[in-house]
Amino acid sequence: MIPGPFSYHRPASLADAVKLLADLGDDARPLAGGHSLVPMMKLRLATPAHLVDLHDVADLKGIRHYGSTIVIGAMTTQHELLVSGEIRQSLPILQEAAALIADPQVRYRGTIGGNVANGDPGNDMPALMMVLGANFRLSGPGGEREVAASEFYQGAYFTALEPGEILTSISIPVPPAGHGYAYEKLKRKVGDYATAAAAVVLTMAGGKVATCAIGLTNLHETPLLATDAANAVIGTSLDAATLKQAAAAAEAIMAPAADTRGPVEYRKHVGGIMVMRALQRAAGRAV
Amino acid sequence: MNDMTPTREQRTAALEGMGCKRKRVEDIRFTQGKGNYVDDVKLPGMLHGDFVRSPHAHARVKAIKADEALKVPGVLAVITAETLKTVNLAWMPTLAGDVQMVLADGKVLFQNQEVAFVVATDRYAADDGINKVEVEYEPLPPLIDPFKAMDHNAPVLREDLADKTTGAHGPRKHHNHIFEWTVGDKDLTDAAFRKAEVTIKEMISYHRTHPSPLETCQCVCSFDKVKGELTIWGTFQAPHVIRTVVSLIAKLPEQKIHVIAPDIGGGFGNKVGAYPGYICAAVASIVTGKPVKWVEDRIENLTATSFARDYHMTTEVAATKEGKVTGLRVHVLADHGAFDACADPSKWPAGFFNIVTGSYDFPTAHLVVDGVYTNKAPGGVAYRCSFRVTEAAYCIERAMDILAQKLGMDPAELRLKNFIKPEQFPYHSALGWEYDSGDYHTAMRKMMETTDYAALRKEQASRRAAFKRGETREIMGLGVSFFTEIVGAGPSKNCDILGIAMFDSCEIRMHPTGAGIARMGTKSQGQGHETTWAQIIATEIGIPADNIQVEEGNTDTAPYGLGTYGSRSTPVAGAAIAMAARKIKAKAQMIAAYKLEVHEDDLEFDIDGFRVKGLPEKFMSMKDICWAAYNSVPPGMEPGLEAVSYYDPPNMTYPFGAYLCVMDIDVDTGVYKVRRFYALDDCGTRINPMIIEGQVHGGLTEAFAIAMGQEIRYDDTGNVVTGSFMDFFMPTAVETPHWETDFTVTPSPHHPIGAKGVGESPNVGGVPAFSNAVNDAFSFLGSTHIQMPHDFWRNWKAAKNLGAVA
Repeated sequence: MIPGPFSYHRPASLADAVKLLADLGDDARPLAGGHSLVPMMKLRLATPAHLVDLHDVADLKGIRHYGSTIVIGAMTTQHELLVSGEIRQSLPILQEAAALIADPQVRYRGTIGGNVANGDPGNDMPALMMVLGANFRLSGPGGEREVAASEFYQGAYFTALEPGEILTSISIPVPPAGHGYAYEKLKRKVGDYATAAAAVVLTMAGGKVATCAIGLTNLHETPLLATDAANAVIGTSLDAATLKQAAAAAEAIMAPAADTRGPVEYRKHVGGIMVMRALQRAAGRAV
Repeated sequence: MNDMTPTREQRTAALEGMGCKRKRVEDIRFTQGKGNYVDDVKLPGMLHGDFVRSPHAHARVKAIKADEALKVPGVLAVITAETLKTVNLAWMPTLAGDVQMVLADGKVLFQNQEVAFVVATDRYAADDGINKVEVEYEPLPPLIDPFKAMDHNAPVLREDLADKTTGAHGPRKHHNHIFEWTVGDKDLTDAAFRKAEVTIKEMISYHRTHPSPLETCQCVCSFDKVKGELTIWGTFQAPHVIRTVVSLIAKLPEQKIHVIAPDIGGGFGNKVGAYPGYICAAVASIVTGKPVKWVEDRIENLTATSFARDYHMTTEVAATKEGKVTGLRVHVLADHGAFDACADPSKWPAGFFNIVTGSYDFPTAHLVVDGVYTNKAPGGVAYRCSFRVTEAAYCIERAMDILAQKLGMDPAELRLKNFIKPEQFPYHSALGWEYDSGDYHTAMRKMMETTDYAALRKEQASRRAAFKRGETREIMGLGVSFFTEIVGAGPSKNCDILGIAMFDSCEIRMHPTGAGIARMGTKSQGQGHETTWAQIIATEIGIPADNIQVEEGNTDTAPYGLGTYGSRSTPVAGAAIAMAARKIKAKAQMIAAYKLEVHEDDLEFDIDGFRVKGLPEKFMSMKDICWAAYNSVPPGMEPGLEAVSYYDPPNMTYPFGAYLCVMDIDVDTGVYKVRRFYALDDCGTRINPMIIEGQVHGGLTEAFAIAMGQEIRYDDTGNVVTGSFMDFFMPTAVETPHWETDFTVTPSPHHPIGAKGVGESPNVGGVPAFSNAVNDAFSFLGSTHIQMPHDFWRNWKAAKNLGAVA
C-alpha cells in the first residue's frame, strides 16, 4: 500500500497541462480527484512516473448553462454537483446518482471528469451520461474535439481518449421539463460499487411512456445503453408484463463479471430488477 | 452539621464508583487525536521493515535473490529464513503448541505468507526494495477445502511434521491432521440417540472471518547493544506474555526485555498472538543496532494475521416428542490454516467449545473436534468472544431452532422448556463445566414481553399468508437467541498459557494527598479500563475515581498479568482490583483506628471513610487516612499505603442473554432490513452501564457484520478474494441497525464484586440471532438450514433454490 516513486506537476493552465502530458508521454497520468488512480498506485498496479495534477486549472471548473445545454467542467466535484441549484433544477438525476457515490469525504474530492473519463465499469456517472445524451469535450496535442458519451467507452479502462488528451468539460442537453428520472443502485454498503444499477430518463404523455432512455452500470465491461429495453416500454403504461419484458431485454445485453457481489446469474437478475424499479420510480415522478 | 454537609447520596455520587455512568476518561485524548499509538512512536535513526509475501497458496521456494533490492537507495538489509537460522529464529512456537515459520523456510503454505523482510531507511524505500526481491517459486497443489484435508491423496502441507504421529494434543491420524479433542460420554450419548423419539442432524458451518481492528498489528523494536536490552512497543493484548515468549525464543534474559503496549486501536483477539513481523523487527534491530518499525497495512492484516472461526459443526440433537432435549452430539472439523496458531489456553485445542450444550439441560453430550491443516493463513483467534464460544453458541442456537422447526414448536417455547432452572445452579454441564449462576427464564420472558414476541409471530403468520397469495415479495424472520458465555479464563486448575497460570493482577499505590495510581496486568484496546477500573477502586476504598490514575501496558511497571481477551479482564483483573483495594482498605482501617483512638473492630466503612460505630461524628476520611499513612502510622506498622493482588479465579463466569432480531428480506434482490434488534444482557454486577451499552453496541455491530456478509473467502487456488474493505464487509453507521439494550442482574457468586464480563456477549449472542432470523424467514418455504454469511446474493440464491424466485 505504498506507491512507487513519481514526479508531481501542477500546471496552472489547460495549455500547460496538455503540453506536459504530451511531452511526458505514456509515463504521465493526469490527476483529478485521485480516487481511482491513487489506490491503484498504492497497490502498484499503476506506476506512473509523472502525475499532472489538474486542480489549479481554473478552466476545468464550474457549471454553466448555455441555452438548452448545461456544461460541467471536468474538475467539478461530486459535492459541487450535489449543492448546485442549476443541477437540481435541470439535471436532478445527477444529484440522485452523486449522492450514491461513496461517502461525503470522497465526494468532496472526487470529480465528475475523473468518474466519466477513467473508464471504470463500476463508476456511476458514465451510464447517466449515455442516458442524457452527453458529449465530452477533449483537449490534446491535436486540438479540441467532441465525442458523444455513447461513443466514448470501448472496454474496461479503455476509452476514446487518445494519448495526451484530457477531458475538459461535459455538455448535457437539458431534458424537457416534467421528465421523470431515477437511478436505482443496488450496493452492499456505503462506498461500494454497484452490484447492479439502472438509470432511467423518460417523459410521459397521457399516462403512457413517450420517450425513454435506460442506462446500466457495472453490468458489462462498459456502461450500456439498453435501447431495446427502452423501446419496449415506449407507448405503454408500464404494466407488469411490459416491465418484465424491459428487464428481459436489458438482461440480454448484460455481461457482468462474477465477483464477491455475486455470481453472474444474480447480478443480471438484479440488473433487471433495477431496470423495473427505475422505470416505475421515473414514471411516478414524470408530469 | 450545617447545610453545607454533603448528603450520603452526594458523597456516593462524588466517588463516581460502580454503577455510575461515568464518562470515559480516555476519550478526552482519543477524540482530540492525542492518543499515543505504536505508529506514533518515532525514534532517532529508526528504520522501517516490510515483507515480501507469497503470491502462491502452496509452493516450493527455490531461490530468493536480494541483489537488486540491496541496490535500491535506502535499503539496508534483506532478511530471509537463512538469516534467521543463524539466530535459531526461522520458526517460532505458537500458543497452540505448534510451530510456525517466521519466514518461508523451503516452501510457502498460504497466500501472503512472509517470505523476506526488507529493512530500509524509510517506508517507501522498503516497499521499493520489496519489489526488487526476486523469489523463484515452484507451485504445488493447494489444499483449500478442509473436508478434503484428510483424503488419502491430499498434498502434504507440513513437511516438518512428516514423521510425527503425535502432536501437542495427542495422536495425529493423517499428515494434515493436527489434533482430535474428545469430551463427554459417548456410550451414554449414543444410547440417548437410540432411544430418541425425535432427532435432528445438520452440518452447521461458521465461516472464516477476521477481527480486523481499526489499527493493524505493528511494533517498534529497539535493541541497545551496550546494555543488551530490547525494548518493544507493540499492539499487544497481552504484553507480559509477549515478554516471556520473546525471552524464551530469543534467549534474552527477561529483565532485559521491556514490552510497552501504548494506546491500542482495537484488538478483538487479533493482537493476542505473536507474528513474524515482531520477530523480524527485533532481529533487524539486533542486526542493525537501530530501532526498526513494522506496520502492517490493511491487506496484510486481513490476509496474514490471525483469522477467526472456520468451524464446520455436524450437529445432532435427540429429544422427546414433547420437545425435551435428551442428548447432543457434535463433530467439528476445525480449519486452522497452515499452522495451528490458535490463541487458546494450553490444554484447550478447541478452546471452551464444550460450552456447546449452551443454556439447556442436556443429560448427556459427546463432542469430537478434529483440527486440520489447509493452505490458508494460520489461526484462529477468539474474535470478540471467549475461546471458540461464539462457534459453540452459534451451533447450539441454530440446532435448537432446527429442532423447534421439526417439532412444530415455537423456538422461544422450546428454549423455555429446556433451560437450566434457577435452582439448578451451580450447574454441572454434561461436557464438564460448572455454571456459576443464572436465571434464564426471567431473561427470556422479559425479552418476549418487551418485544411483544407473540404479536410479532402473529404478524409473521399474516405476512407469510400474504406472500403466498403474491401480495408481497418480502418475507419476515424472527431470530431468537439465548446464549450462555463462559469467560474469565481462568482458574489455574483449568487454564495456562505456555505454562503460566491465567491469573491476573493489580497493584494500587495511594499517594499522601488522597490520590493514587493503579496498575494491572490487563491491557485496554478501547474497552475503557482507565474509566471502569478506577470506578471499582472508588467504591471499594472511598476515593473519587477521578483521583485514581490507571496505567496498563508497560511490563516494567505493571504487575504480571495475562492480558485482555476472552472477556477476562473484569472476571479476573476486576477481581484482583477489588482484592487489592480491600488490602488498602484493611490497612486504612488500622490507621484510622489508631488516629481515632478506638479498636479497629469499632469502625465501620461509610462511603468515603471510616466511622466509629455509634459515634457518627467520629469519622476519618480516606483522604485523611492517605495523609496519615505517610506521617503517623501506628507503632510497628510500615508507612505507605499500597497493595498488590494476584487473583486466581475459583471458577469461570457465565454471562448470558436473550436477543431478538426482526428482519425483512426482499426475495427479488436478497436485500435485508433489520427492523428491530433487542438485546438483553445479564453480566452480573454492572460497573459502568454506559460502557456496557457501548460494548453491546460494538459487539452487536460485529455480529451483524459476521452473520450478514463478513468473511475471509478463498478461491479454489487459494487466493484470498476478500482481502480489502471493498469486499470484506465492514458495516458503516449507515448499514448498522438500531440497537435496543436491556438487562437483568444475576451476580456471580464467586466474584468479589459479582461482575461477569460483557464485552463479547453481544458477538456471541448476536450472530445466532441474525442467522436465526434469516433462517426463520425462509423456513416456511421449506428450508431447514442456510449457511452464513447471509449476504444479498446468498439470500437471493436461497429464495431461488426454494422456488420463491423465478
